[in-house]
Amino acid sequence: MWPLLGIVVVVAGFALRLNGILVVAAAALVTGLAAGLDLATVIAAFGKAFNENRYVSVAFLVLPVIGALERAGLQERARQLIASLKVATAGRILMLYLLIRQVSAAVGLLSLGGHATMVRPLIAPMAEAAAESRNSALPTQMRERIRAHAAGVDNIGAFFGEDIFVAIGSILLMRGFLEQNGVLVEPLSLSLWAIPTAIAAFAIHAARLFLLERTLRGTEKSR
Amino acid sequence: MIGLGAVYLFAGLVFAAVAAASALDRTNKPRWLNAGFWGLLAASFLFGDVLGDFGNGVLVLSLVAVAGFGLGIGALATTGTEERRESARRFGNKLFFIALTIPAITLAGSLAFKYVFVGGAPLVDPAQVTLVSLALATIVAAFIARAVLKQPFPAMLQEGRRLLDLVSWAALLPQMLAALGAVFALAGVGGIVGGLAVQVIPGESPLAAVIAYTVGMALFTAIMGNAFAAFPVMTAGIGLPLIVTKFGGDPAIMAAIGMLSGFCGTLTTPMAANFNLVPVALLNLTDRYAVIKAQFPTALMVLFANTVLMYAIVYR
Repeated sequence: MWPLLGIVVVVAGFALRLNGILVVAAAALVTGLAAGLDLATVIAAFGKAFNENRYVSVAFLVLPVIGALERAGLQERARQLIASLKVATAGRILMLYLLIRQVSAAVGLLSLGGHATMVRPLIAPMAEAAAESRNSALPTQMRERIRAHAAGVDNIGAFFGEDIFVAIGSILLMRGFLEQNGVLVEPLSLSLWAIPTAIAAFAIHAARLFLLERTLRGTEKSR
Repeated sequence: MIGLGAVYLFAGLVFAAVAAASALDRTNKPRWLNAGFWGLLAASFLFGDVLGDFGNGVLVLSLVAVAGFGLGIGALATTGTEERRESARRFGNKLFFIALTIPAITLAGSLAFKYVFVGGAPLVDPAQVTLVSLALATIVAAFIARAVLKQPFPAMLQEGRRLLDLVSWAALLPQMLAALGAVFALAGVGGIVGGLAVQVIPGESPLAAVIAYTVGMALFTAIMGNAFAAFPVMTAGIGLPLIVTKFGGDPAIMAAIGMLSGFCGTLTTPMAANFNLVPVALLNLTDRYAVIKAQFPTALMVLFANTVLMYAIVYR
């Protein structure tokens, strides 16, 4: 039971909004020590895993190029383009990106999206600009909500699209684990049974984006 | 063969350049902390494989200590809004094309490199094609941006540093959480939580078993930050013994919808930092949990839909 103290540290640390990496390092030390490992072993295990997971941070390498493009007006260009399209609204842009993200993930094109490569430079400014072109005095709180939704759409599209692709890691994990336990399943049937949830997720989130759109209209009318 | 080694060398050099630029930035009061933070990260990428496990552990704790003192953001000389609008009109849609070269080349590379052989051996490590393609795409896009935009030489480095300092310590959170997952595994946390879940959750009827499995997947994933860690524990504890063996459910349907229930948990937790916290920093949001709040209702509704769906079709 004692190793669960690490989870308590994480939950408390995140709830108190402390420095995240400080919380995680503390949780790792607490968990290891509570499990009866000595300090040097815990530090070595944490260091080893940190080193093995360096690939997670490679995604940040795109930031210099994105930054240079922003300096040259990438976000402003996204805004100009959207402002010239009368049919573009924040809700429609987010819905369209949800559809593209989900379908492209379903056919294995997961690397087409992402927060650093797509959401910050393109999708978020486009959605914000569409809302702004209808309401020049858009409250900051609504701006932030639109941006948060731009990130959410990227996640939701990716999560509920990728499992339809047969060669994705999670399908291999499920098949491998079931096989170890003497249950054989076809990867194709795993990916087919991901389709109903994918459709449900799209319908649910698109409906919520529709409601977001209505809220935005409300802020227009009240002016 | 080009593999992770080359990608890490490139990453190490980029972070080292960021560290050097941080050290030279007199507008940032804690500039030595920023320089130390990015410098230690550069050291991890460049020398991580020769430091040994304990050495890497000390390196991580040093990174955490430096970040704990509080990183700063310098007043960088970037362009103003008016200047950017004018520049956006001048370059037009070229800006989009350069931005989209990154995903396009990453994609093309991850598909094509599998078929490129030099002297009988693959040119790129088949297990790492996506990462190698991403690094290559970044380099190509950097050259195109340089040729088209004709910015002064250090601009790209400084703009990259501007964004990295904006993300600050959150940039390291996904990697730290992955490492925490390894310590959890070593301490047997997954087994303890799974054991508790199996004891606490009633699975005595076909419906109760389905609810226990889908909700358990979501909760366990929210705690661990990763559905891949939850799947083996919940499937061995509830899925296989109850849904499949006792009540005769279909294992493929159970596994597919169970994993997707785990993904609902991923949408709700700060433990999945690369999805839920890093974008908050990248998008300059004031509420650290703004993205989670935007996703939460969808996660709950999809979880409910999954539970209904699984119950409706798993026992056909």
